[in-house]
Amino acid sequence: MTGKRYDALVFGGGSAGMAAAARIAAGGFSVAVLERERELGGVLNQCIHSGFGLKVFREDLTGPEYAERYCQRLASASGVDVYLETTAQEVGAAGAETPLTVYGYSRLHGILELSARAGVLAMGCRERNRGNIGIPGTRPAGVYTAGFAQRLLNIDGYLPGRRAVIVGSGDIGLIMARRLTWSGAEVLGVVEIQSYPSGLTRNVVQCLNDFGIPLHLSHVVSRILGRNRVEGVEVSPLEDGVPKQEKAFRLDCDTVLLSVGLLPDTELAKKLGVALNPETGGPLVDAGLQTSVAGVFACGNLLHVHDLVDYVTEEAERCAERVCEYLAGEYELAQHRVVPGANVRYVVPNRYFPGRENRFYLRALVVKNQARLELRIGGETVKQRRLAHVQPSEMVSFTLKPAELAGLASKADNALEVSIA
Amino acid sequence: MTGERRLVCIACPVGCRLAIRQEEGGEIRVSGNQCEKGDTYGREELLAPRRVVTATVRLTGSALRRLPVKTHLPLPREHIAALLAEASRLAVRAPVARGQVLLADFLATGVDLVATRTVEASGG
Repeated sequence: MTGKRYDALVFGGGSAGMAAAARIAAGGFSVAVLERERELGGVLNQCIHSGFGLKVFREDLTGPEYAERYCQRLASASGVDVYLETTAQEVGAAGAETPLTVYGYSRLHGILELSARAGVLAMGCRERNRGNIGIPGTRPAGVYTAGFAQRLLNIDGYLPGRRAVIVGSGDIGLIMARRLTWSGAEVLGVVEIQSYPSGLTRNVVQCLNDFGIPLHLSHVVSRILGRNRVEGVEVSPLEDGVPKQEKAFRLDCDTVLLSVGLLPDTELAKKLGVALNPETGGPLVDAGLQTSVAGVFACGNLLHVHDLVDYVTEEAERCAERVCEYLAGEYELAQHRVVPGANVRYVVPNRYFPGRENRFYLRALVVKNQARLELRIGGETVKQRRLAHVQPSEMVSFTLKPAELAGLASKADNALEVSIA
Repeated sequence: MTGERRLVCIACPVGCRLAIRQEEGGEIRVSGNQCEKGDTYGREELLAPRRVVTATVRLTGSALRRLPVKTHLPLPREHIAALLAEASRLAVRAPVARGQVLLADFLATGVDLVATRTVEASGG
């Protein structure tokens, strides 16, 4: 068994983990990245389409191009060790100098005992699957999650089917509709339970409308048909929240792709004893993105699902700056609570710094034009912003600066309430 | 053609809702865009729509099986099928550099098909 000590361990070498590790190393600390796959980059490697990096690089990049820039950044940084094909499996007893110890298993490195003073959880998400949404019917071959089908096609080079129906209108499903069409397969339709698409509007336009692929809003796949291979699906309209089976129609397909949401990969977080947010499924974090376990931070899609990788990078770098402060013994503890108010599903982080700039991400519960973001402390409005359009599938980000809190009468409870009107 | 077309801009994730009008004199006016990219997209979409095309091509000389590729500029939509057919016949041998041109000036459009990742040569 190999044992090694670092200042920080980063779990996951996707967009969040790469950005965090590079920033921690830039702060002069030693850091190890543990990555389960053969390469760094995470899901970016299979996202061969463009649309990445418009914010961070002001360029329109594909996923592999975006990943490669951060791989190079990590390769040229000093004090970074990357453990590929390595999974952090067990949590060891905490030592006085190194409160975080994990055991990793790896084909390349054998059994590893890695310990550190701080950790960054950046494991991302897994896809929700058929079991999570409970589609009735037989259990034939040909039912895939959209991201897995994307990996089959883009990394392994296999076409998952010839005639596909996509369940759910998440971005991966929309992107796969175009990818399958461009690969010679036929996409018969996208079936979405909600009355609005759950992916970005631009993806509905360029991945469905460009090809005349129908989007069945307020519809569900009420049955999957087929003995050995999928032979079709039964699609029913939803009326008052109930599928109307008598109005169902059949689509003959050999493949069903599920694009029905993501779940944070929290196995390791649970072993570390990190408290989770029931609304996001990811860890609860303070203003510096530190979890309930001292020295353990979280960022990226593990923390909450982001629309754009650019936001993941931004969040991971901010997280890493706080990790550096923590390692230097300068972590700021003056913080107050953040609570979601009207029409807000969640706000991340769950606390704020009254004395420094804060950046927040939220998801709305409603679809609304000409909405207003309102921040209140003790009933008093501290900030308002106009939002041209909000919907649950589009993340809203905003900042709160110390200057905006100046002049606020000191309240017994300084909780910040974030709502949408 | 006169009258108004309503489109969602696909130049970036903001997804501005555009209104595009062609005046009697032929002048095109785009509104609803928050940046210049929306103006360009609106005009092009009306006159000659283009898309960035991404795909993968066969890769040899590496443990990886597929090489991701893209058009370095948006390609006129009417040429997309031809480009994909051509790409499906391509086989590229590692090593490959990111940005390496695989098909130059496709059908005299000025658009190249380029590799979007670096692949080192290795056995397999």
